[in-house]
Formats: sequence, structure tokens, C-alpha cells
Amino acid sequence: MSRLSAFLCGFVFALGLGISGMTQPARVIGFLDVAGAWDATLLYVMGGAVVFGNLAFPRVIARRRPVLSAAFALPVRSSIDAGLVIGAGLFGIGWGLSGYCPGPAMVSLAAGSSSVMAFVACMTLGIFLGRRVLDRF
Amino acid sequence: MAEISWLRAVGGGVLIGAAATALLLFNGRIAGISGIMGGLLPPRVDEGGWRWLFLGGLVLGGAFLVLVQPSAIGAPVRPLALSAASGLFVGFGTAISNGCTSGHGVCGLSRRSWRSLVATCTFIATGAVTVYVVEQLIPGSSP
Repeated sequence: MSRLSAFLCGFVFALGLGISGMTQPARVIGFLDVAGAWDATLLYVMGGAVVFGNLAFPRVIARRRPVLSAAFALPVRSSIDAGLVIGAGLFGIGWGLSGYCPGPAMVSLAAGSSSVMAFVACMTLGIFLGRRVLDRF
Repeated sequence: MAEISWLRAVGGGVLIGAAATALLLFNGRIAGISGIMGGLLPPRVDEGGWRWLFLGGLVLGGAFLVLVQPSAIGAPVRPLALSAASGLFVGFGTAISNGCTSGHGVCGLSRRSWRSLVATCTFIATGAVTVYVVEQLIPGSSP
């Protein structure tokens, strides 16, 4: 059951990204292009997701446990450290280079573009390398 | 590129928030794509089953979109070599900062995490600078 739930969550997540235009890299680059023809779409998408999440997340976390598993697995880090800022900075550079971040890239795989496949392959390598570096600190 | 109404953008965003809420409610997990992928990679492989299925749902959701509304999946904007370099930066950066647009931008801000607020402001800022620099180096490359 918990696996079916994970699959359906991924499926609906993908539909949300597709419906809202986030699987169009031109639109994402348009949002980041503050000096050009700025596209506000991403702001509306994030607004919808974060407002919904702010109403729902605290209610869910207040439960003793999730419906289909033993315990919540929530992030434990709370300090604003160099790794957070440097990592987010590098991620933003990559995001601006192509207009893809991890979710939309995975959703776009089915369209069969070689650029998206190259992005996902290199991203996987990057995550592997990043976790190795993170382990040293 | 056709205009997307703000209502459709907000509606899609709510769907993303609802999917993230459902994964937290049912599985107790944060819907951060880079983190979910990272848990499948050595040296620390962690509970693979739900991760593969969530990612499978993402990919099949994309396949469904290709069938019913092909225009939803936009064409890549930048050349393949730039996309590959982009992937390395995105993967490495999200691993170091423990999250991407979904993990920090959606779930982290929904948990009202300061770390995620700092991360989100940082990646939007460096993303904007990058788009500006690329546009200066290759004029007309931005849509």
C-alpha cells in the first residue's frame, strides 16, 4: 500500500508540474530572466503549492504517525551553514543554464529529448559526487 | 509559447502541494526529488522501494502528459552540452544543500524551515544571475 501511495504521489506531482507549465524550460528561464521579458508563472505555481502546504503540513506533522508507515522521516538539520548556501548557489547556476530542476527533468524524460536524458544522467552523477563530498564534512 | 493563465498556474501548484502533502501523510516522507534520488545512490542506500515507485510515478506522469497534452512538455532551450553541464551543477548543488526546488522550495517552505527559505532565495538569485550572464555571452539564447 505504501508503495502504491508513493507511485500515485509521484504521478500527481508530475501532473501538477505539467499543468502549471513548469515542464517548459523556456518558462522557467523566463522567470529567472529578470532583465528580459519576465514570466511570473513560476511565482503563481510556487504560491499555490506553498500556501496549500503551509495549511496542510503542520496538521499532518501533528499526527502521531503517518497513515502507512511507522514514523515521519523529517529533516533534522536546522543550522544555516556554508554547505547550504554554496550548494543552493551551485544548484541555481545549473538551473539557470538549462531551465531544468530535478522534478521537471524527470517528468520530461518521456518526451525523449537527448538533452533531458543528458541532464538526468549528469544530475545523477552530480548527486553521487555531492553526497561523497558531503560525507567528508 | 502560449500564455498560461494564473488560475491554471495556481491550480497546478496546488496539485503539487497536495501530492507533497499526501506523500507526507501516507508515507511520512518529504517529496524532494533530489533527496529521493540521492537515497538510491551509494554509499548510503536507504529503503529503495518507495523511492523507485515515486520516481516511476513522475516519469509515467510525464508519459501520460505526452499522450494527452504533448505541448505540456516543452522543448529544451539550450544546447545539449549546456544541459549536461547544468545537470552536474544541479545534482552536485542539491546534494550539498540537501534539497532542490521541491525539497526546499515546496516542502521546506511548507514546514516553515529557515534553511529552506535561505536555500530558495539563494538558488533563485544565482539562477537569475546565470540567465543574465548566458544572455550576455550568447545574445538571443533566452526565450
